[in-house]
Amino acid sequence: MATATTYGARAHARAQEGTRAEAMPVVPASAWPAPPCEAGHLVWAETVAGGNYTHKVLARGTELRLTDLKGDACAHLLLFAADRPWERLNVADTVKVQWNAYLGEGQLLLSEQGRVLASVITDTSGRHDALCGSSGLVRNTERYGDGTPQSESPAGRELFKLAAAKNGLAPRDLPPSLSFFQGVEVREDGSLDFTGSAGPGVSVTLRTEQDVTVLLANVPHPADPREAYTSTPLEVLAWRAEATRSGDPLWDATPEGHRAFLNTAEFLAARGIA
Amino acid sequence: MSEQSVQRTTVAARAAWSAVVRAGATLTITDLHGNQAVDFLVYDAGDTSVRYSAPDTIQAQGNIFLTTGSVLMSNEHTPLMTVVADDVGRHDTVGGACSKESNTLRYGHHTWSQHACVDNFLAEGARYGLGKRDLVSNINWYMNVPVEKDGTLGIVDGISAPGLSLTLRAERDVLVLVSNCPQINNPCNGFEPTAVEMTIGAPE
Repeated sequence: MATATTYGARAHARAQEGTRAEAMPVVPASAWPAPPCEAGHLVWAETVAGGNYTHKVLARGTELRLTDLKGDACAHLLLFAADRPWERLNVADTVKVQWNAYLGEGQLLLSEQGRVLASVITDTSGRHDALCGSSGLVRNTERYGDGTPQSESPAGRELFKLAAAKNGLAPRDLPPSLSFFQGVEVREDGSLDFTGSAGPGVSVTLRTEQDVTVLLANVPHPADPREAYTSTPLEVLAWRAEATRSGDPLWDATPEGHRAFLNTAEFLAARGIA
Repeated sequence: MSEQSVQRTTVAARAAWSAVVRAGATLTITDLHGNQAVDFLVYDAGDTSVRYSAPDTIQAQGNIFLTTGSVLMSNEHTPLMTVVADDVGRHDTVGGACSKESNTLRYGHHTWSQHACVDNFLAEGARYGLGKRDLVSNINWYMNVPVEKDGTLGIVDGISAPGLSLTLRAERDVLVLVSNCPQINNPCNGFEPTAVEMTIGAPE
């Protein structure tokens, strides 16, 4: 056998160089074949398989575009202030402070420190969710027969635990998450309507307002009524850009958001960062 | 667990409170003066990394409001407590706790010196080794947070009244943290925090 010796095994492994898969990172990101026209130097270019996860630390002033390639992606997102993970996405503050239960263009993703972690600068989907979180092992085992990471139907929380661990974080560091591309609407009596996705090709662009650790799990929305575990690839592209500054329309869009940007700017100035 | 007898405690306006409630025991929260928001977190007493999850609770019952029959689910999608009686009819899962920091966004920087629920949770949680990373979106008993058709959401006048109560049954040994909300800038407690009563009943 060609792999019966160390030399043969090494040659066999090295011969895989250049193999391309539907879902994979492109490294360096600048080698991505079709960067968005507005993108400068790409810093992250990846296609995340359905039922998989990824993670990255992004600098303040990075634009992060998530695209639902085939219409059945669901991007479950958590954000942590890089190196200070006790400051993290706070879904309750995000909806309460901005007086809105739904995510979309112009919304700020707030930490529990009264500051902005990221802002949503473009959205062609309009189907997102801040209420139902991600899926768990127990629920996925009930619904699909299994929810472990190695199964065909991994639970979002199980994948978040792995992504968190790779950033030095434990399960207790995982707060409620947001999800993009699969929505719910609230009826007057508080019950929920699952709206599903807006179809293939839609995207959301976030702008990081601090250095952030990004955890992403691409798994079905927990309210997805389909019997089969349905999860298709998620495209992730990020490039260097500018954080929101005074004068940007978003800076003054709402009084609450204005104060969130002021708090963020003051925090960064005190640290000597911006 | 029959050693646990009935305990009744009045929690002063703006104060924190906590207790371990044994499996099968009940916790009754009474809104003594009406329209008081009671911020509430619950953890598995044996493993506090398993704790109340607002999203799991919402997805399990398909509704953002809590009332009789609602099961408070953990982040591992397992039951922590069940609402077994409720005089009010709806309670909030979405709004989370007030904090000094979020108050600066919601009302202005003049609120910075006011006491807030996150401070209560931090101080009370520290007694059990819990810290900031252990605070997640909490329940607000008696708080009224409707969502309009366009997604507009907000804390509005409460629908509770003096003497109304709700009762929870512990589905396992749980640690309960409570902040008797000190907020004075919104109608969650009629702009005037008041005392509430906690009663732990023995397991049946």
